[in-house]
Amino acid sequence: MKIFLATLLLTTALTLPGLAMARPVTFTTTLNNYGGDGAYLALYVTDASGAYAGSLWMAGGKSKYYEHLSDWYRATKGDPAQINGITGASVGAGRSLEITLDLADTLFDAGYTLHIDAAVEDMRDSPNEIAVPLTKSGAGSPVKGRRYISNFSYGL
Amino acid sequence: MLRAFHRWPGIFALVLITILALSGAALSVFPAVERLSAPQAEAGLNVAVLTARIQAAYPGVEQIRRSPTGKIIAYWFDQGTPGSAMIDPATGKGVASADPNQIERWLTNLHRSLFLDDAGRISMAVGAGGMLVLAISGVMLVLRRVGGWRRWFTRLRGPLSGRLHVEIARIAVAGLLLSSVTALWMAASTFDLLPVFSPPPVAPAEVSGLTGAKVETIDLLLRTRVSELRELAFPYPDDATDVFTVKTDQGTGYVDQGTGAQLAWIDLTIWEHVSETLYMLHTGQGAAALGLLLGVMALGVPIMGVTGIIMWVAGRRARPGIKGNFAAARAETIILVGSEGGSTWGFAATLHQALTDAGQTVHAAPMSDFAPAKYAKARRYLILAATYGVGNAPASAAGFLDHLRALPSAPHAPIAILGFGDRNFSAYCAFAEAVVNEAEAKGWVTLLPFDTIDRQSPQEFARWGRALGQAMGFELELVHQPVLPAAQQLTLISRRDFGTELQAPTAILRFAMPKVSIWRALFGYGISRFEAGDLLGILPKGSAVPRFYSLASGSRDGFVEIVVKQQAGGLCSGQLVALEPGDTVSGFLRRNPDFHAGRKASPLILIGAGTGIGPLAGFVRANARHRPVHLFFGMRHADSDFLYGQELTDWQADGRLTRMVTAVSRGAKPHHVQDALRGDATHLAQLIARGAKVMVCGGRNMAAGVAEALSEILAPAGLTTAELKAAGRYVEDVY
Repeated sequence: MKIFLATLLLTTALTLPGLAMARPVTFTTTLNNYGGDGAYLALYVTDASGAYAGSLWMAGGKSKYYEHLSDWYRATKGDPAQINGITGASVGAGRSLEITLDLADTLFDAGYTLHIDAAVEDMRDSPNEIAVPLTKSGAGSPVKGRRYISNFSYGL
Repeated sequence: MLRAFHRWPGIFALVLITILALSGAALSVFPAVERLSAPQAEAGLNVAVLTARIQAAYPGVEQIRRSPTGKIIAYWFDQGTPGSAMIDPATGKGVASADPNQIERWLTNLHRSLFLDDAGRISMAVGAGGMLVLAISGVMLVLRRVGGWRRWFTRLRGPLSGRLHVEIARIAVAGLLLSSVTALWMAASTFDLLPVFSPPPVAPAEVSGLTGAKVETIDLLLRTRVSELRELAFPYPDDATDVFTVKTDQGTGYVDQGTGAQLAWIDLTIWEHVSETLYMLHTGQGAAALGLLLGVMALGVPIMGVTGIIMWVAGRRARPGIKGNFAAARAETIILVGSEGGSTWGFAATLHQALTDAGQTVHAAPMSDFAPAKYAKARRYLILAATYGVGNAPASAAGFLDHLRALPSAPHAPIAILGFGDRNFSAYCAFAEAVVNEAEAKGWVTLLPFDTIDRQSPQEFARWGRALGQAMGFELELVHQPVLPAAQQLTLISRRDFGTELQAPTAILRFAMPKVSIWRALFGYGISRFEAGDLLGILPKGSAVPRFYSLASGSRDGFVEIVVKQQAGGLCSGQLVALEPGDTVSGFLRRNPDFHAGRKASPLILIGAGTGIGPLAGFVRANARHRPVHLFFGMRHADSDFLYGQELTDWQADGRLTRMVTAVSRGAKPHHVQDALRGDATHLAQLIARGAKVMVCGGRNMAAGVAEALSEILAPAGLTTAELKAAGRYVEDVY
């Protein structure tokens, strides 16, 4: 699954610092064969203090399941405005999700951390499945998730 | 109208509803299996103790979930590797895999979305909506048919497919209503169509910043019993800001991981309680027995689908197209038809054709279309009316009586009303009679006196046609051929003659079982499986109108047997009585399930005279289980027409027949079968009070005499023949 967003539709926290200096960033998330239904994934960013800064993507359209993405849910209080326009389908076991976003340059090497919460129906919730610092040098190096994500990487 | 609301959703949503019902029935098994297979917590066990046990076995535990069936699953991390298992609460150790059952997952996805995600979910929701419409319209149809809630479980008559359809429906409809309503609720919830009444609970920000509280000491966990637990989530390792999250069937609580103090508690809202209850009612998660019951009820859906389609096709087939129908304003003869299943339309078509052939201008229409202002040239109205249920208007006559009542005066042209019904039914032609009464009240002039047709008798219809012709001033011969099953050739293998001395030749005719192809047998066509009491239609040479004879044998006997008495000038009986072994005749089977002995063990009282002994002898022959059978048999002369005399004596000797009382009407002391009944009144009353079933077969006069005698016999016990009829314990096969 490939998703390109030509226009940035993120929350102000991620976009305002350097709207002029934005660059396309591709996030690739590949799931392992965990033997369940499609996974819900929430991609979001926290700042250097650990506070929620904004959401990048929500894979999964039914809001009644969002509470199982428990970290994201706690940070946003489940606010639909946080993912308005950046919501897609859930991702099947063994499949990968590729999204390309125009992200502000100032997000990199500034203490921001990218998190992915994952949840699958009738299986364990896996908040903080992935937590990687956003750095320019870290681009392209794959990271393994805790339960559902076999590898994740972002490329500048 | 109501029928259309039942038929079209049924036909269009049949496939969807069948998939829903079958997958739902299969899914209903899982909660019950889980309930039985999952180790259950001992009564009163609290969550603190359970958690300590699990923590001892799996130090890296981070989440514990309990499903409403009592299954407990723990999720943990052990040296960076996630693990999970179904837990035995007594030990805290894993006993089985926690992975979801793949079959259940597959069935669930089929059931809710046909594997098509949202498009599939919407389709299945439409299916559930269709089910709801079917259930509601079906309830209304059954109420109309049986005549009210108090008679909801009354005995049904009619063709097997129709009875099966309603028998299943009136039991299963409760479950189907529940399942479809809860399904629609869940679909609405999935698509965010339900309002959200409470903001989602969120953990409080102020924590102590300490870690390391022992779970055995946490008050909330000590207070919460395992039976109330939904989920316990542990704080993340190395995150001092995180908390314990405890979800129970009452709400959600947050506990400080350092002090063990409860930081917040949020009750479930009423709305959430309602949602959870509906979820439980739909899935059986937490109500396994109800789930299984709903599953079994859902299994009735495919059967109702098939029988419903059979009824629809049969109704359509039975309703022939009427050719050369004149416009309402140009016709002199107006035929108005009140038909439920469509067979009355068949008679209307025959009448229409015969009148058209006689040069008349004829307009045929459903009774519900009745509008006297349209019939500018009308010179006569012919009303052909069946009855639905206990005297209601059949489908095509809806609103007729109201319309007639609302007229300022009756139309000028005279009316002839013909009722269609089944005399075995207490409400015989009751709707037609209601039309007659209303027409009389309006002062509508009659063309012909009210007449009725019993069980689609072509002979009675022909007789009425002749009377109609006379009234119209020309000869009218109505040859009605109902749509008949294809006839088969039957070969006579033996005959036994009686009554020749009385100038009333009577014969017991035994035919070989005809060969029936597997294909026909599979679809129930052909003379392959039948019981005594079913009817054999015989098509005599030179006539297209069949005559029906009650079968005196079942297919298990290995032959087809009937008893025929030569009628004066009777075409069919003449041909039959003249048959010699080796000769053939064409016949077909018509089932008559209302006149079967049934499988109950209660006593049978068989009452018959003359050839009416045929099916009764068949019941006795088939009585290998020695059910108590009391036979009352009326004949003219013991020496000449004691049909089955030898067999009945043998059957009595081997226990198939308990008692036989004969009445001889000619001779020194004329004695009729009703006299024999009166002579045995006390004993009969006892038998009937004990639940005996009465079966009467013979001529109409005899049946009337028997009914009168039984009424007298039953009166002291406070019973009536009408009650017995309604309970299916007094059945007649009368000719």
